[in-house]
Amino acid sequence: MSDFTSNFWSLYVAGIALVGIVACLLLLYFSGKAKAMTANDNTTGHVWDGDLREMNNPLPRWWVGLFLITIVFSLAYLALYPGLGNSAGQLAWTSVGQYEAEVAKANKELEPLYAKFAAMPPEEVAKDPQAMAIGDRLFMNNCAQCHGSDARGSKGFPNLTDNDWLHGGSHAKIQETLLNGRVGNMPPMAAAIGTPEDVRNLAQYVLSLSNSPHDSLKASLGKSKFGACAACHGGDGKGNQALGAPNLTDDIWLHGWGENAIVSMVTNGKVNQMPAQAGKLTEAQLHVLASYVWGLSNNPAKVASK
Amino acid sequence: MESPDPSSKFDNAPRKIIPIVPVLDGAPADSSEEGAWGELYQAHQKIYPRSVQGIFAKWRWGFVFLTQIIFYCLPWLEWGQRQAVLFDLGARRFYIFGIVLYPQDFIYLTGLLVISAFSLFLFTAIAGRLWCGFACPQTVYSEIFIWIERKIEGDRTARMRLDSQEMSLEKLVKKWYKHLIWIGFSIWTGFTFVGYFTPIRELGMEFFLGNMSSWEVFWVFFYGFATYGNAGFMREQVCKYMCPYARFQSAMFDKDTLIVTYDTERGEPRGSRSKKDNPVALNLGACVDCSLCVQVCPTGIDIRKGLQYECIGCGACADVCDTVMDKVGYARGLVKYSTEHAMQNHWTTAQTLRHVFRPRVLIYTGILLLVVAVLFGSLLNRKSFKVDVVRDRASLARIVSGGHIENVYRLQIMNAVEKRQHFKVTAEGMYDLKVMTDSEDLIVESTQSRWISIRLQVPYDSAMPGSYPVKFFIEATDDDQKVQDKLEEKSVFLIPR
Repeated sequence: MSDFTSNFWSLYVAGIALVGIVACLLLLYFSGKAKAMTANDNTTGHVWDGDLREMNNPLPRWWVGLFLITIVFSLAYLALYPGLGNSAGQLAWTSVGQYEAEVAKANKELEPLYAKFAAMPPEEVAKDPQAMAIGDRLFMNNCAQCHGSDARGSKGFPNLTDNDWLHGGSHAKIQETLLNGRVGNMPPMAAAIGTPEDVRNLAQYVLSLSNSPHDSLKASLGKSKFGACAACHGGDGKGNQALGAPNLTDDIWLHGWGENAIVSMVTNGKVNQMPAQAGKLTEAQLHVLASYVWGLSNNPAKVASK
Repeated sequence: MESPDPSSKFDNAPRKIIPIVPVLDGAPADSSEEGAWGELYQAHQKIYPRSVQGIFAKWRWGFVFLTQIIFYCLPWLEWGQRQAVLFDLGARRFYIFGIVLYPQDFIYLTGLLVISAFSLFLFTAIAGRLWCGFACPQTVYSEIFIWIERKIEGDRTARMRLDSQEMSLEKLVKKWYKHLIWIGFSIWTGFTFVGYFTPIRELGMEFFLGNMSSWEVFWVFFYGFATYGNAGFMREQVCKYMCPYARFQSAMFDKDTLIVTYDTERGEPRGSRSKKDNPVALNLGACVDCSLCVQVCPTGIDIRKGLQYECIGCGACADVCDTVMDKVGYARGLVKYSTEHAMQNHWTTAQTLRHVFRPRVLIYTGILLLVVAVLFGSLLNRKSFKVDVVRDRASLARIVSGGHIENVYRLQIMNAVEKRQHFKVTAEGMYDLKVMTDSEDLIVESTQSRWISIRLQVPYDSAMPGSYPVKFFIEATDDDQKVQDKLEEKSVFLIPR
């Protein structure tokens, strides 16, 4: 009703509701006063289709009582709950309020459980089946949309089970990632490297770092151009977790494998973002979730059981 | 008319005219008898059914015992380590002896309801409201409550006298005593009902220790209250005003349906007479007008007026009339189960019964047998587990090291038996399709369900971009590696551009 500036529609709706209830009451009252002419064989004398006669089977009085109960109920309901126009009702009940009360109740019930896990070191949390069941649900609700329901990610979304970490795989680092999010920034580097031919040679060299199938002649030509990359990825191509620069030697290809994918990355660059979860999850939830994610790559037996 | 109004073309169409004959001058048009002004609301008139003995009363008591022994005893039966029949709503598992049903097995409930409906059609087509008169809980509990009432307050006349008396100590004691037993019986009934949904032995402990959960308390007393109210007070009012089955059962009657019938030809003119009198000389029929058939009727009707909607087909009037006929030395069967055709054509019993086998009865029987056979056949062939295959909703497909394209699926495996099962998942449908799981041995505990991740891989460039149907084969074995069951489920494998 907040869309209306005048009170007219509220009064209009409330009026219809109350008039309807009063009309029901009047109908009951006048039906009690009315009488029907009934023959001794219990027919009213009304005949349809030549031989279909209407009988007078009066409504039992207790049934009238049930109608009265519904009227009393409806009036009490309209007084207590929102229903009469924009009146909020005596109980001031709202569906949002009920939802929040239920969430608050559930949180209160879970509080001691989370307190227990918050006090445990991550290695212990990762071993606790109850904590991992909670972690699994948190992951399904908050992480699986990008990282996949099996946490193995897909193109552009890192695999969380392979122990290859862009920003560090310790529990503290994972929690930091969850809390604040991350931005991975690969700048377009083609100009710094040279001609498109140079970029293709460089791509072959990058492929050679992980021993992927490559053209060794082109790779050796591209090697000299790697200096532009070494600032972030390191001279040996092993990456730098402080900068979020991926390791290029491990045959893990977040943004696609092959010469074309690498050329595209080097030429166009890419900004990849992990959104911050700080406002969405409580600290205790983040602790459990970080332990769960840590456990995905550090405790394979646990992964199997889920 | 030269240019008729377009709407008037309807005037030429043949039309069915429904004449409504109004009430003229306040006198009913269709009755020779004088009418009266009746109210639209009616005060409840208590019915005091007289106790009755006879073949139909025996049948009814037989059904009372049969249904109630099953109802009150079934939840106490044990099956292995658990209650034999338990509907665990919280865990959504429904145990019926050796069977564990999931909510996914709802179709069996549908089957059961179809069977119930067709049984009702069948019995009603054959012999009217058999269900109402003999097996319906409303009749059964009313019968029990009236029996208790009779034991305490006496039979019809004693009860009528007691109710018309001023309040006295004797009346107070009798009424209190009756209601106490009724309430006790009702609470036991409510308790038994709840015992189907929560283990009844634990419920019994909770009941006596007074620590039932609030919902258990609500349902024990709500169901108990409904029993007390319906069987103690509402009785025939339920059948007359509330029951939908009562109304639509008349749609299944035909002129060969056995119904409780008063033999008007033989009975009329009715009248009392001395046992020595010759009714023929007095110009009297067989009905001695003792009115016992009215007194025993649980719905308070006079069967001699013919079939009425209130009649629940209990046969009490037939029973009592037979005893009267025996006493006055006339042949039995003045009130009996017979059909409209049999009465018209003066059929013998054998002739009447032959008409039971008519098309509608045979069709109902055929459908009923078919549904029963399908239901039990499907229950017998029920698999020991169920599987749902859900493609991962987040990742379409991905390229993994080793040059494979991978799709992720989540399988919900529901163990539908009461022992641990081990599962093996294989898949077919594409060249060199590989199934990857995180563990070799997928275990689902007894009656539990579990989600597992399964990855399918095909070699890169082994197929064009597109969607390919694949089939999962899931095999269950028990702890001794004996194969329990096999299932196959369809899904699709996507290869992106």
